[in-house]
Amino acid sequence: MPEFKTEELVLNMGPQHPATHGVLRMEVKLDGEVVVDVTPHIGYLHRCFEKHCEVMTYPQVIPYTDRMDYLAAMYMNFGYVEAVEKLMNLEIPERVKYIRVIIGELQRIASHLVAIATFGMDIGAWTPFLYCFRDRERILDLFEMTCGARLLYNYMWVGGVSHDLHPNFIHKCKSFLVDLKKTIAELNDLLSYNKIFIERTANIGILPKDTAINFGATGPVLRGSGVQWDLRKKDPYSIYDRFDFEIVTGKGEHGTVGDCWDRYMVRVREMEQSIRIIEQAIAQIPDGDVTSAIPKRVKPPVGEIYFRVEGPKGELGYYIISDGSVNPFRVKVRAPSFVHLQLLPILCKGHLVADIIANLGSLDIVLGEIDR
Amino acid sequence: MTSQEILASLQEKFPNEIFELKENVAGPILIVPAKILLDVAYFVRDNERLLFDSLMVLSGVDVADGEKKILEDGSFEYVGGNLASVYHLHSFTHDHKLAIKVIVPKNNPRVPSVETVWRTADYHEREAYDMIGIIYEGHHNLIRILSPYDWEGHPLRKDYKVPEFYHGMKVPY
Repeated sequence: MPEFKTEELVLNMGPQHPATHGVLRMEVKLDGEVVVDVTPHIGYLHRCFEKHCEVMTYPQVIPYTDRMDYLAAMYMNFGYVEAVEKLMNLEIPERVKYIRVIIGELQRIASHLVAIATFGMDIGAWTPFLYCFRDRERILDLFEMTCGARLLYNYMWVGGVSHDLHPNFIHKCKSFLVDLKKTIAELNDLLSYNKIFIERTANIGILPKDTAINFGATGPVLRGSGVQWDLRKKDPYSIYDRFDFEIVTGKGEHGTVGDCWDRYMVRVREMEQSIRIIEQAIAQIPDGDVTSAIPKRVKPPVGEIYFRVEGPKGELGYYIISDGSVNPFRVKVRAPSFVHLQLLPILCKGHLVADIIANLGSLDIVLGEIDR
Repeated sequence: MTSQEILASLQEKFPNEIFELKENVAGPILIVPAKILLDVAYFVRDNERLLFDSLMVLSGVDVADGEKKILEDGSFEYVGGNLASVYHLHSFTHDHKLAIKVIVPKNNPRVPSVETVWRTADYHEREAYDMIGIIYEGHHNLIRILSPYDWEGHPLRKDYKVPEFYHGMKVPY
């Protein structure tokens, strides 16, 4: 039998494909079906966010933050306004703090629902996608009721929020949380403990603890590797220190700690914790005026700040330099997805080509905030 | 540890170097000379009392403190001046933070790469190179990341001018 000539194959994935979660191009080097190397190429969605910020006033930046992680726009607002308030040393009303936490946690659930849904769909499970999006729809309805927008909100302002909660909000939110608990149970039966799903995700893309920390992984990715780390508990901002909840970590129930299944399951269980936070916040929320503390002119003192919050996808940080004028001198965003994308090559090496999709889905990236 | 204590231990380790602690509204910033940055990085990561195992963010900044010169076509540029590379560190073990700033002249913006210390610096350094034009010496693959690979100029510099044409196409903005 003649000997076949074999060589490495370079395969191009993306930039336009649903499984790349946006406009991401991956240059994949293959040896047969085994991945030798993956090189992500990004920048297709670069919109010069940081350059724009330098010519706009502080409140004008807020709508642009929406467009970074468009699946968690509320939380992008949240991080930015908290950073500016910290820089200005601005005290905000109690009611605003509670509203921000409730809205922020709802946004976290919505973001995780999309992550879980698309992850399942990438692997081949179509039904959970519909279940997740049905429930996400109800969160978007709640947001629409609150501020009129469904995807990009511009809701949280420096010193307050644009609208108070709708009178029906609390009632609708409560009934949604009751239903969501059922959905999570259903989702676990359908997807989480599904044999096929476990086979596809357990022991795939194992990320050891030390590597995760050295690569700057945060959020569900770091917790999936078994690190007890959540900024809401460990470096509390806003009023998160008032609520009782747990940090969910990966335990390697179906494989090794830090595999795709662990990262996935952390998101599912985090939704349960978010429900707990919202329930407590709803029970405690005081009355008050939500726009009373909004300053007429946002003009922070000279100085710089790095402020971070626990976004749905990981540590979301804003590095803002103020030169004392009404425009920020420099805004740099530490986007969690940007940092997590660096992990993709080391997660994929040695796995099969189909596992690239599983790894990418488990990192839960959004190209809007990678390219900014 | 507070920034003062960290400064003291750094000064003890590097007695011949000049460190400066700059006051700031949100915690002081440690100014470190560029040439010893890599040694400082290894020291703060590995010293038992510091253990800064996580680099939260690395940002490039155009300080724009040069002389502003108005050009004939109405645009301006900064002659001289500095660029800065800022490192925000955090320790998981001791739960303390540190901000390090390295200031380099704009005409020779060379900073040692800390990619070998914290692997997360890879993309951040590429971004700072792309946007500000800081050259990280020792980086394994210092190419543009957000703009096209053959883009000219560094967009986040304060005196950046958008090129009129890119590959023969008019740049509309």
